[in-house]
Amino acid sequence: MTQVRLTTPLTDETVANLRIGQQVLINGVIYTGRDAAHKRLVELLDQGKELPVELQGQIIYYVGPSPAPPGRVIGSAGPTTAGRMDAYAPRLIEIGLKGMIGKGARSEAVIEAMKKHGAVYFAAIGGAAALISKCIEQAEVVAYPDLGAEAIHKFVVKDFPAIVVNDVCGGDLYQEGRKIYAEE
Amino acid sequence: MARLCQEANYKLEEDVINSFKKSCDIEVSQSGKKILNLLVENAGIAAAESIPICQDTGFAVVFLELGQDVHIVNGDLYEAVNEGVRKGYQEGFLRKSIVGHPLERVNTGDNTPAVIHTKIVPGEHLKITVAPKGGGSENMSALKMLKPAEGVEGVKNFILDTVKNAGPNPCPPLIIGVGIGGTMEKCAQLAKEALLRPVGEPHTLPDIARLEEELLEKINKLGIGPSGLGGRTTALAVHIEIFGAHIACLPVAVNINCNAARHKSVVI
Repeated sequence: MTQVRLTTPLTDETVANLRIGQQVLINGVIYTGRDAAHKRLVELLDQGKELPVELQGQIIYYVGPSPAPPGRVIGSAGPTTAGRMDAYAPRLIEIGLKGMIGKGARSEAVIEAMKKHGAVYFAAIGGAAALISKCIEQAEVVAYPDLGAEAIHKFVVKDFPAIVVNDVCGGDLYQEGRKIYAEE
Repeated sequence: MARLCQEANYKLEEDVINSFKKSCDIEVSQSGKKILNLLVENAGIAAAESIPICQDTGFAVVFLELGQDVHIVNGDLYEAVNEGVRKGYQEGFLRKSIVGHPLERVNTGDNTPAVIHTKIVPGEHLKITVAPKGGGSENMSALKMLKPAEGVEGVKNFILDTVKNAGPNPCPPLIIGVGIGGTMEKCAQLAKEALLRPVGEPHTLPDIARLEEELLEKINKLGIGPSGLGGRTTALAVHIEIFGAHIACLPVAVNINCNAARHKSVVI
């Protein structure tokens, strides 16, 4: 299958056309976030306050990068398990988050929110963190520096490779992929 | 100690890399093959550029094999281990992933405390093994106290269910460490120790080696595959360690290791 080049922010139309199994190369700004940052974002939404980053049309990459050695933009930066963000993700999808990058399965509630509001979930290769770091051209902490690796970083990425796991139709590549190769 | 932490995180052992290559030859899924090749490439980049194989540089799990004729002088051995972890993680640009209190969850900032397992053995050497353990695969691990009546079938089912439930989450292809027997904590420790064995090296007992082989075959029929995107390489190896058990108990522990199966040893 051919790879599709995507540039953030993502439009509703772009998101609606993506299907499970589609390989993509992501370009532009993406934000990082793990459980601790998600918890704070959702607390702000609960209080009706403004978020420290504008998430409309954006992608959150679930990652806690290792520190940048001298001369590098960032250390290794592979995906973390997305399921830990399931409790928070639907709230962010509701306010316009269009994409998430991680690894591992999502909950029913997140898949429903993706269908309802038009968002996608991409998998990056877990464990390929040194390789992935090569696609990150700029990195800066934009919120919650006290969280260290868990702070929200703004990355500028070039041809970041990922694959669509959940699309706006409710498809799930993990389920489909397993069915093809299971021998039980 | 500091050097071991860094080397373990930068350089994947040859046995793991070779098992990626071997699996790549037999993997039927095209995306699976591609992922296995990328993992080999990733290990190459990490080693060449001295950066972590995986951003999750883990909990520093340290095994100390202390010869009974060794006398450690001038200081606290465990504090020395923690000081080495501190230095290794800070100077090696490794991620600090440990919170000091599991409920308050404030990062200690230096990746301590390490988890230290000490074994006293005959001899006059000290063997130190550092096995950085990632959180994603640790989270999918499990332990169950089976009834002896459930027997080997119960053991197999529990292991298969644990891997099945883990699905794509723990970064397959995996190494499955299994402990059978002992008390609850002994069983968990056996499972962790099983992960230190070179990938695919069978147990010395023929019946356990056969069980490892059978389970690996069954796990690779689950279809989960590299990165969980479908394929025949869900696990690279199943390693089982056993211990005596109480007449009333049949504990089984499954410790899942991600594809970044890291450990490094030194003998002093």
